[in-house]
Amino acid sequence: MNPNSQQSEARRKKTQRGKTRRKKPKLAVFKFASCDGCQLSLLDCEDELLAVADAVEIAYFPEATRATVKGPYDLTLVEGSITTPHDAERIHEIRRKSRVLITIGACATSGGIQALRNFANVNAFIGAVYANPAYIETLRTSTAIADHVPVDFQLNGCPIDKYQLLEVISAFLHGRKPNVSPHSVCMECKLSGTACVMVSKGTLCMGPVTHAGCGALCPRFNRGCFGCFGPKETPNTASAAATFRELGATDAEIERLFRSIQAAAPAFHEESLIAERAQNTNHG
Amino acid sequence: MLQHAESVTLQAGLFAQLLDVLKNDGYRLIGPRVRNGAVVYDDIANVNDLPRGISDEQSPGRYRIASSGSDRMFDYVVGPTSWKRFLYPPRRKLWEATRDDRGAWQPEPAADECQATAFIGVRACEISAIRILDRVLNESAYPDSAYAKRRRATFILAVGCAVPAATCFCTSVGGGPSPEADFDIALTELGTGDSHRFVLRAGSETGRGALRRLTDHLSLKPTALQATSEADQRAVDEQVRRSVGQITAVPAMGRAREILGASLRSDHWETVADRCLSCANCTMACPTCFCVDVEDVTDLTGTHAERWQQWDSCFTLSHSYLHGGSVRKTTASRYRQWLTHKLDTWHDQFGTSGCVGCGRCITWCPAGIDIRDELATLDSEVSEEAKAT
Ligand code: SF4
Ligand code: SF4
Ligand code: SF4
Ligand code: SF4
Repeated sequence: MNPNSQQSEARRKKTQRGKTRRKKPKLAVFKFASCDGCQLSLLDCEDELLAVADAVEIAYFPEATRATVKGPYDLTLVEGSITTPHDAERIHEIRRKSRVLITIGACATSGGIQALRNFANVNAFIGAVYANPAYIETLRTSTAIADHVPVDFQLNGCPIDKYQLLEVISAFLHGRKPNVSPHSVCMECKLSGTACVMVSKGTLCMGPVTHAGCGALCPRFNRGCFGCFGPKETPNTASAAATFRELGATDAEIERLFRSIQAAAPAFHEESLIAERAQNTNHG
Repeated sequence: MLQHAESVTLQAGLFAQLLDVLKNDGYRLIGPRVRNGAVVYDDIANVNDLPRGISDEQSPGRYRIASSGSDRMFDYVVGPTSWKRFLYPPRRKLWEATRDDRGAWQPEPAADECQATAFIGVRACEISAIRILDRVLNESAYPDSAYAKRRRATFILAVGCAVPAATCFCTSVGGGPSPEADFDIALTELGTGDSHRFVLRAGSETGRGALRRLTDHLSLKPTALQATSEADQRAVDEQVRRSVGQITAVPAMGRAREILGASLRSDHWETVADRCLSCANCTMACPTCFCVDVEDVTDLTGTHAERWQQWDSCFTLSHSYLHGGSVRKTTASRYRQWLTHKLDTWHDQFGTSGCVGCGRCITWCPAGIDIRDELATLDSEVSEEAKAT
């Protein structure tokens, strides 16, 4: 090491000391009903993980470390939906000890795929799945975190996009607005130079009503968008349904398109009910 | 003799040599090629990448390629890509800044590499679109230097349209299917099989140079390249006439300014909004829409920041976000903004219409909204009102 770089190393340490007089923000990651995929997006940030660990103190993240630091936390990421009476209490406790609470993923943001129970009789599911249904204590519905406590930011996706997660964490750390655009997946599709699968092949695609964030992953691989990122800003689901119908989709197919990963997101929920009712009138 | 000819005819089999000349001149070649069921513009290595024997079928919200059963190479028209993508990229870093040891920000312009590029197969409407972009981005009070640099480095190999699509309406907005100016070389594809040939016309000094080099390149085969015969010239004119005849006229386009000026409060905007998905496909696909957004990003350490520019659209809420919220909250107001800007206020701003009649916004609208129909509906509303008063 030459003296020059030693000097600058010393200076760097000094400035760092100067900065770290303010303690590193404490990050916590909590899980409710979910598959862990969104939390894993954080661990999946291989190249950036060290930078994250450098920028925040990972205070509570059972998926990554057994060590836990008590709250309050500066930044709390919540994955998963509320499906049990116990969870409905626990989320309040978490909110109380979190300065900023951000939901990550479809489950936490709209109830997730498990919100399909909201459209059925949950006891029938329990009876079908468990040998001793009596041991199961669960709620009738799967609901979003924001249905229970105030949420500061919702990052959607199934799973979330790791670059968007890093963007949200960086934005939080530096006190700026995250660049998470609520426009359509179609915009990302066109930005990527993909030929629209709906127009060029007649493939049903949820892109026009779905929130951007995935970079139009499915259309880029010749599939229609599944709507994992939930409704975009001002979604016109009625026109999307009419478009699907013109492409030959049945009401049952339309119902399924709107009632999947984001079944309980209000805009999609409503459109799936309309498609469901249309089937009943047509057959009844 | 050949050196002085206005236009030359090249046997189709030797088209590859024209591309070679451009490659030897140092150009990156971007041209049409079939990808995932559409003719898109992208890098091409050689003549085999071109969509030989491919035609397209277009209508509102629908696009299909088909096999034309011939060996012709340009029997499709415009697809989902426009040249805007290469002159004015969808996403671009503008500058970045790094915090130095003393905590001071050191800004630095983003490296902007730009290679001399030949656009292969540019349609007449696309030349008009590039001219509009020149006007907006280059001839304004605040020229976009990155655009100007790319534009200067561009060689345009234009092509006349032999098979216009049902969505084409260049002839109703002051254009036509045959490139007239602002190209380096324009070509017309004639015949098939043994008589398959190209009539090449230079439109600039650069184009003439390229044709000269093509002549040298082919000097061992004097019959391969000849001054265009009168018969061939007639065939070219005939093809243009046929194409013009195939394009459906949109009479309302000529009166767009009056119609829109009288329609600002029409209920019809709401009717369109019932169908409009505010998905922004139309504006992304349009070769002249130039709206962009800028995003500032910082990294986790907070010692590095970047500013990025990205295509935006008047169909997003953030596009009209001012202090206190978005001005154009309803889709009706956003659709009205798009149509009135494109066809009316664009004139006030730039002295030209913003529409060149390429039909992309019609084909690539998933809901199949057709600006020709919307304008016609507004037109009949306006004329009915005029009758009633
Ligand atoms: S493929 Fe889907 S996301 Fe892409 S432009 Fe078409 S409708 Fe939109
Ligand atoms: S609008 Fe005219 S110039 Fe453009 S592709 Fe169609 S026919 Fe060709
Ligand atoms: S408004 Fe439509 S037809 Fe006119 S130039 Fe744009 S995409 Fe082409
Ligand atoms: S006009 Fe069509 S392409 Fe444009 S925003 Fe509306 S639905 Fe999307």
